[in-house]
Amino acid sequence: MQKMKLVVVGNGMAGMRVVEELLKIAPDLYDITVFGDEPYPNYNRIMLSPVLAGEQTIDDIILNSREWYAENNIILHTGKYINKIDRKNRVVYSADGTSAEYDRLLLATGSKPFMLPVPGADLQGVIGFRDIKDVDIMIDTAGKHPKAVVIGAGLLGLEAANGLKIQGMDVTVVHRNDWLLERQLDRTAGKMLQKSLEEKELKFILRQETQEIVGENGRVTALRLKDGTELEADLVVMAIGIRPNFALAESAGIHCDRGIVVNDTMQTYDPRVYAVGECVAHRGISYGLVAPLFEMAKVCATHLANFGIGLYKGSVTSTKLKVTGIDLFSAGDFASGEGAADDGREEIVLHDAVGGVYKKLVIKDDKIIGSVLYGDTTDGAWYFQMLRDGKLIHEIRDNLMFGQDSLGNTGHQGQDKAAAMTNEMEVCGCNGVCKGTIVKAIKEQGLFTIDDVKKQTKAGSSCGSCTGLVEQILASTLGGGYAAPSSSKAVCGCTDKNHEEVRQLIRDHKYLNIPDAMSGMAWRTPNGCATCRPALNYYLLSTWPHEAVDDPQSRFINERVHANIQKDGTYSVIPRMYGGVTTPDQLRKIADVADKYAVPMVKVTGGQRIDLLGVKKEDLIDMWADLDMPSGYAYGKSIRTVKTCVGSEFCRFGTQNSTQLGIDIEKAFDHMWAPHKVKFAVSACPRNCAESGIKDVGIIGVDSGWEMYVGGNGGIKTEVAHFLCKVKNAEEVLEYSGAFIQIYREEARYLDRTVHWIERVGMEYVKQRVLEDAEGRKAAYERLIYALQGSVDPWAERVQKRNEHKQFEIIAV
Amino acid sequence: MSTWTKITPLEDIPKLGSRVVRSSKGDIAVFRTADDKVFALHDKCPHKGGPLSQGIVYGDKVACPLHSWKIHLADGNAEEPDEGHTACFAVKVEDGTVYLEL
Repeated sequence: MQKMKLVVVGNGMAGMRVVEELLKIAPDLYDITVFGDEPYPNYNRIMLSPVLAGEQTIDDIILNSREWYAENNIILHTGKYINKIDRKNRVVYSADGTSAEYDRLLLATGSKPFMLPVPGADLQGVIGFRDIKDVDIMIDTAGKHPKAVVIGAGLLGLEAANGLKIQGMDVTVVHRNDWLLERQLDRTAGKMLQKSLEEKELKFILRQETQEIVGENGRVTALRLKDGTELEADLVVMAIGIRPNFALAESAGIHCDRGIVVNDTMQTYDPRVYAVGECVAHRGISYGLVAPLFEMAKVCATHLANFGIGLYKGSVTSTKLKVTGIDLFSAGDFASGEGAADDGREEIVLHDAVGGVYKKLVIKDDKIIGSVLYGDTTDGAWYFQMLRDGKLIHEIRDNLMFGQDSLGNTGHQGQDKAAAMTNEMEVCGCNGVCKGTIVKAIKEQGLFTIDDVKKQTKAGSSCGSCTGLVEQILASTLGGGYAAPSSSKAVCGCTDKNHEEVRQLIRDHKYLNIPDAMSGMAWRTPNGCATCRPALNYYLLSTWPHEAVDDPQSRFINERVHANIQKDGTYSVIPRMYGGVTTPDQLRKIADVADKYAVPMVKVTGGQRIDLLGVKKEDLIDMWADLDMPSGYAYGKSIRTVKTCVGSEFCRFGTQNSTQLGIDIEKAFDHMWAPHKVKFAVSACPRNCAESGIKDVGIIGVDSGWEMYVGGNGGIKTEVAHFLCKVKNAEEVLEYSGAFIQIYREEARYLDRTVHWIERVGMEYVKQRVLEDAEGRKAAYERLIYALQGSVDPWAERVQKRNEHKQFEIIAV
Repeated sequence: MSTWTKITPLEDIPKLGSRVVRSSKGDIAVFRTADDKVFALHDKCPHKGGPLSQGIVYGDKVACPLHSWKIHLADGNAEEPDEGHTACFAVKVEDGTVYLEL
């Protein structure tokens, strides 16, 4: 079959990102031809500032080498400027006469620096700051001449000024506004920034505009301001903004309005022509940062691949100035004072003028809508995440300003200090990845997303507790180029749908098995992957109990064999001991089994039971038969144990019978699958010997009843459980805790512990559902009891129906 | 000399699953994909020796149960950016029976 022809005009980051995404999902659909008017292959434009500052070289910032184009059978024309599109015959022409036919055309023509229309703007030595050529001119001029003027104190202007200063020039920045970076900073932060830059010997002239650029023999010599002041200048860099470059599209009759107008699928008014990047106007907005471009690229690629899925709905952006030694972060809407809309916004400000720290959060309707950080940007990524997620902040408002560390996360996540870390310090404790390795990978391999970093370095790919830290390192290494994940993340690469959308569709369409669900929701892959299949399987089972088909092959091995795989491929066997109470008889049986199967290690677990480690898979069924005890589910995303203290039967302090309640709970919720593991504890008095404060559901007996706590966690993220309510008796404990767990089972994302779920929905929501809505609580509890009805012990089932479980047998030849 | 050895009826290997064959050449994982293609690999992940037979099979790949390395069933190579290789064995299905070349 003849392939379709795709022509890409624009060999920059946006266009090539589309091509990369397209090659991933539909590698054989198109013959691809790329035109770029620069003489280089695709390079990382956002790293031009470090190149100018001498921190990196051009070679360092090449993203796709010429070999990459060749390997992917892409025809690359560099140094060729396309000046005509013949839409009727579907051909593009370059200025030198080269032409290419297309079935689909992708325009990624980027933007141009806006050049002030003043006399002398065309003199030699007057340039923008956009491409490698501009950087070459700057470095070359710096070697020969002493004085430079930069017009515009935006991000680019300041980065240019800083670079030229490092290259040895005497630099003056002329800016029209009252303070620097007025689009990224408020006045206070802008003034602080100016002071730090003045300490680096940069000069600023504010509230001034350019009248004329003066030259001699066609070369710039000075800049004259409107008040008549004349500044000597051997080089003038105009950095007052960019304009989408849409002249080509406009000349071809494609609808443009301050940019190439595209819909949410990145299609222009000509259905064969798509456009991405800085050249487009999407819902009236043109973006000049790389993160939105990548989001556009992903969407565009799915449509070019004929999948017809994915919509681009606009982006919230954050920025960071790439000037070494200056920490600055801003995001969202942070206007204040004069000019800010009076619409109920509140501000929290922390300002330490001597210490050089300024932080401002703008809050509206209990959510962060904007943030400016200067001097200490440690929590930038955290604030930005909450901003994008629309997280309700009233519960943490008191501590918000003091950062994530102040929230009492005493676990591994406590060390969120990316900026303060040295290169040798370990970031990912699971995979032994240090900061230097991550920074090196980001720079050398051109990484832009958390997923890229996870894949290439393994940092954050195991327990995930360092993801926030990795995100900060990514943000601080890339500056404005950081492509933040959108808040509602897709389940995995097999789909664009997020967890909530998938759950909703399973409910709405009553999917009962994985193949139906995948085809109904237009999964990209024939049978998913190791990430989405277990999630789908859980969502089906939890939404349609007794009706959905459980697919063992979509479960992780532990849940398939009801034992916990160990590093050497053996398994561990943990029988249930309800409430952590055992008998001499049980212990004798366990001892006999351990002897019979020569179990290498017998260990008491943290969940008050006994672990037999190092068991061969082919021995599992025999061992279960000999044990004749139920499975402890110590391997599953399921109810684990109910830990108990001694309680009132023996303890001289105990006020309630905690062991009995623990046994009752463990029996009532036995065999329960969940988004992640679920742990309970019951203590008989506030001394809390069962550690109820760090369990998903923790119960503490008091003289007049039981206190209930939820969302605690003793694992990766140590989190103290929140008080939910106090109830009178054991029946109420079952009803309230059952309802809580059932709502978590129905609404949390797969692999969310209760702590993560509550962090997202808020304790208020949980209280409303479990406490205030009495009928809803009873109904949820009943749904849980219904889901668990008739469930059987998986070990006994396998002992009885050995023949249906052939996977435990090894084939010997 | 290698010979074709009869292993098991195809139906005794679950779709998107595997069985382990214990041979003189070590444990061999025999996989069956959704479209009934059959592959055989040395049952040892190139990363830390995890039993690939216990992983989740999807497409023509398996995810190792220990640290989720993705291994291509057809050639035993680890999916990029990981690097590593696991030995492959020839395998065929005739009249619903799986044979392994040993």
